Amino acid sequence: MNFFVVTLIKIVIVFAVFMTTLAYLQWIERKVLAHIQSRTGPLRVGPHGLMQPLADVFKLLSKEDLLPPYVNRFFYLLAPFIAVSLALTTISVIPFGPEVDIFGVRTYMQIADLRVGILFVLAIAAVGVYGVALAGWSSNNKYSLMGGLRASAQMISYELPLTLAIVSPLLLANELSFRAISNSQGGYYLGFIPRWSIFQMPFPQIFAFIIFMIAAFAETNRIPFDLPEAENELVAGFHTEYSSMKFASFFMAEYANIVNITCVATLLFLGGWHPLFPAPYSNWVAPILFLVAAGACFAAGARNVRRNDRRTFPFFGLAFLVLALIWTVAAIAIIPWLSTILLAVFWFVAKVGFLIFVFVWVRGTLPRFRYDQLMHFAWTFLFPVALINLLLTALFVALFTRS
Amino acid sequence: MHAHSVPLTWYLTLSVILFALGVAGFLYRKSVITVFMSIELMLNAVNLSFISFSYELQRIDGHIYSFFVMVVAAAEAAVGLAIILTVFKNRRTLQIDEVDSMKL
Amino acid sequence: MDTILFLIFAVVAVVCAFNLVLQTHPISSALSLIGVMASLAVLYLLLGAEFVAMAQMIVYGGAVMVLFVFVIMLLNAGSEKASTKAWFAQVAGLPLLLAFVGLLGFLIARALPDTRRVNFGSWVGGTAQEIGRALFTTYLLPFEIISVLILIAIIGAVVLAQKEIE
Repeated sequence: MNFFVVTLIKIVIVFAVFMTTLAYLQWIERKVLAHIQSRTGPLRVGPHGLMQPLADVFKLLSKEDLLPPYVNRFFYLLAPFIAVSLALTTISVIPFGPEVDIFGVRTYMQIADLRVGILFVLAIAAVGVYGVALAGWSSNNKYSLMGGLRASAQMISYELPLTLAIVSPLLLANELSFRAISNSQGGYYLGFIPRWSIFQMPFPQIFAFIIFMIAAFAETNRIPFDLPEAENELVAGFHTEYSSMKFASFFMAEYANIVNITCVATLLFLGGWHPLFPAPYSNWVAPILFLVAAGACFAAGARNVRRNDRRTFPFFGLAFLVLALIWTVAAIAIIPWLSTILLAVFWFVAKVGFLIFVFVWVRGTLPRFRYDQLMHFAWTFLFPVALINLLLTALFVALFTRS
Repeated sequence: MHAHSVPLTWYLTLSVILFALGVAGFLYRKSVITVFMSIELMLNAVNLSFISFSYELQRIDGHIYSFFVMVVAAAEAAVGLAIILTVFKNRRTLQIDEVDSMKL
Repeated sequence: MDTILFLIFAVVAVVCAFNLVLQTHPISSALSLIGVMASLAVLYLLLGAEFVAMAQMIVYGGAVMVLFVFVIMLLNAGSEKASTKAWFAQVAGLPLLLAFVGLLGFLIARALPDTRRVNFGSWVGGTAQEIGRALFTTYLLPFEIISVLILIAIIGAVVLAQKEIE
């Protein structure tokens, strides 16, 4: 089929899945935070609060869309536009799986495979600072200005350790495109240790992964680095003067940034869509995991704790059983392209989901850094450590790689 | 083939137009930050010219020169803005006409 | 397709450059300059310079211009005040500018009659590998000198922007 038609179909699929993920990411965050804090989170709007994102969308849309008279109108309207459009663009270079052949159409599971894909993501992260800075400045409000400038200064300071932590696995993979980096992480050492970047000889990139995750928390303005937008510190930081749809844009941009940066971390460090142990055995992880989840749902539904749960948990159990059935079909490899797509997507989503869970887990656990502590940490600790990691990686690659 | 390609002279003409606009901003404007930004515009126009000629000669050297221009422009922007900050602290103005205490 | 893309982004670049020169508030000029840099990055992509295009967005659009925007926001000096220009500039400024552009355009058309036609994807030599190879073999000395230059600029900027020690 024509390249444009195939790309258009991929764009529609990725966009639909991405927007749904963003909406339900908020549900996941609220539920996980709630269970960390020994409460239940959204429970009433739909079964276990699953309709909560929909209710939130209705609420945000029905709020009055203010345009305060004292703001600089062009920049006030431009800032959420920049933030959201850049955050949604990054997903177009993220590969979700290997090359797949559906009814004679060979295509990558990626919208666009740029030869300098990782630089594209860095460029978008660099330009994304303007959304925050302009939002703070155009609101004509000293709290917003302070919040905006602090957030932008934090983002550009942490871009340096982020970039250095990204360059280290690139030295091992010797490529800049995401597809090539993921492909270089296939295969297994000693038959069972995966060749992910964090395990890869000559220098396992475990330090680079930790530095990347810390810098990722700071880039996306999450706790423990979210002083610029904390509610009890600076009113609401740079999005104080925004209401309804524009506020929703900033929210969406923040969650989209979280998904983007965890996808980049998965591709660079955790091996993308490659499974944890070799192929025929790892196909069965997905059905077994779903069966265990279904069993847990049925068991929880049988206990007499909450009266409503006795009716809702069995439905979740059934849903997990259906998913287990689909992935069993994929594991048996009756339809080859379906099996490729489903298994690659399962491993990719499992790793990204785990990292998003770590993001929410850290939010529920750690207190906030003060601003000067944050900047001090970036420039005097994280940047030298990232630099030393890069030098050591380069040294080991130069000594131990035949090229 | 014709509709899918652009003569290289169009890129060079665009570079000339951007450079001329940079010169105009540099000579015409009175705010020191805008003057500085016109200098950056001129540097960008020259970068475009370097990359165009690199395409013409099918060599990578133009990209390297353009890279060096970018790095030097970044260093110059850092030091220049620090100087502007210091001048602003002392003179409280960003208009270059008003910083004239050394005029004869 | 190439022609359409070139025309769109060339027009965006020229309009943003005009905006830079004509706007009174520095922040609008700064954003117009970012627009120029972004459209130039796309034009570099059309010319096969993928690494330089991304470096332009990361270095210029993501670092240098952020510095400009920060300084403008922190100084908060407001719009530029209108001032009278010399009569020579007012009379002969625009015609001389047009003459300059016309002269250079004429020289380009005369001195480079048979240049290539730019086709997206016809030259794939602008990769990171090629730039790396050139930077570390032919251009090693300028590369090292540039590193020292950046160090000097960092030290200079930190010293100049310090608080004054009373």
